Amino acid sequence: MDSINLPVTLSELSDPLHIKVREILATVSDPEIPVLSVIDLGIIRDISISQENESNGSEITLQITPTYTGCPAIDTIKISIRMALLEAGFKKINIIEVLSPAWTTDWITEKGRENLKAYGIAPPQYQQSVCSPDSFQKEEAIQCPLCNSYHTRLVSQFGSTACKALYQCNDCKEPFDYFKCH
Amino acid sequence: MSKALVSYLLSLADNTLILGHRNSEWCGHGPILEQDIAITNMALDGIGQARNFYQYAAQLMGNHTTEDSLAYLRDVTEFTNCLLVELPNGDWAQTVLRHFLFSTFQYYVYQQLQNSSDPQLAAIAEKGFKEITYHVRWSSEWVIRLGDGTEESKDRILQALDTVWGYTGELFQPADFDLKAQQEGWGADLLLVKRNWDEKIKAVFEEATIPMPATTWMHAGGKQGKHTEHLGFILAEMQFLQRAYPNSEW
Ligand SMILES: [Zn+2]
Repeated sequence: MDSINLPVTLSELSDPLHIKVREILATVSDPEIPVLSVIDLGIIRDISISQENESNGSEITLQITPTYTGCPAIDTIKISIRMALLEAGFKKINIIEVLSPAWTTDWITEKGRENLKAYGIAPPQYQQSVCSPDSFQKEEAIQCPLCNSYHTRLVSQFGSTACKALYQCNDCKEPFDYFKCH
Repeated sequence: MSKALVSYLLSLADNTLILGHRNSEWCGHGPILEQDIAITNMALDGIGQARNFYQYAAQLMGNHTTEDSLAYLRDVTEFTNCLLVELPNGDWAQTVLRHFLFSTFQYYVYQQLQNSSDPQLAAIAEKGFKEITYHVRWSSEWVIRLGDGTEESKDRILQALDTVWGYTGELFQPADFDLKAQQEGWGADLLLVKRNWDEKIKAVFEEATIPMPATTWMHAGGKQGKHTEHLGFILAEMQFLQRAYPNSEW
């Protein structure tokens, strides 16, 4: 289990059903960043499974939190999760959206960060400083995902989706997306 | 209690929906591609925050109310957003200045709402606060860039200030729902918001070499449903589909 982002108890770890649900969720990806599963993205906040008798099957209740309030992907993600669980034979599925605590990029798993980088998106820094509204802040040193240079510059705080900022590498000159701290 | 909370939620929602709609008008028209993307992203944040407030209000109202019926089926006099957010975009200077003045207001409102005695409102504010932080940063940089820029950019930001400043007073004039919300402990204290807002605006204007406008007569009425002629045009465009084809989905 690589997801410190989704607290798991010992009893859950030894529960094959719980592990199965996790494995299914690990196959559902964010439509805008296909290399990140919903587990790696850290948006699954809780998995609870109520065991019922054989004929009724078990009821699965998931808590999911959006990355950004305006993120249009959340509805698609909910549908994909439901489909994946239905395909695996689960029938009773509740998906509850929770807002607090608010999602943070700190919940993206180590594996997720590696996948992002391999995909050409600079992974978020671990939050050293809280994002502040001050203008013209000193820019963070973001590593170019292509040539690994730290000699990069911010082009725009807002990129192709709400979660990304646009950077350019001063060495290899490639523009790239940075998954900005949130 | 829930009726008063609903009024308060709707005012928060209407403000951020209408400003989101205004900012979305820049989609495809931004001065350069990166800024077109930036303002459109912020429009999306605004509409996303509005959805959260409307969804919560709809849940409290029951009776088949939905976020969509609140956004698309209420008429002008039922909207309680401030006049500032419904003003036309004008040029880029006017758009970024308005966004700076309003998102700074939102920043301090959401900051307080995170401690709201209503847990769902606090959760929505916590989420929105993170987003608005970026908006304040982006828009204040633009105000400084234009104010302390060329002769033309300075001229334009001063003209913009002349146009929008008279609409900032309303933000801090408490309506009945603001007073009730503060009394009940779920709303923001607008006096405190005003103090923080003044300080931030002053600091940024100073850096932008923009003189603080002498306080003048302020427009008001939006919070009571008395709007400028502009809101009707916004709703006509925004609500057209749901009015012409009720319950249509795609
Ligand atoms: Zn590079």
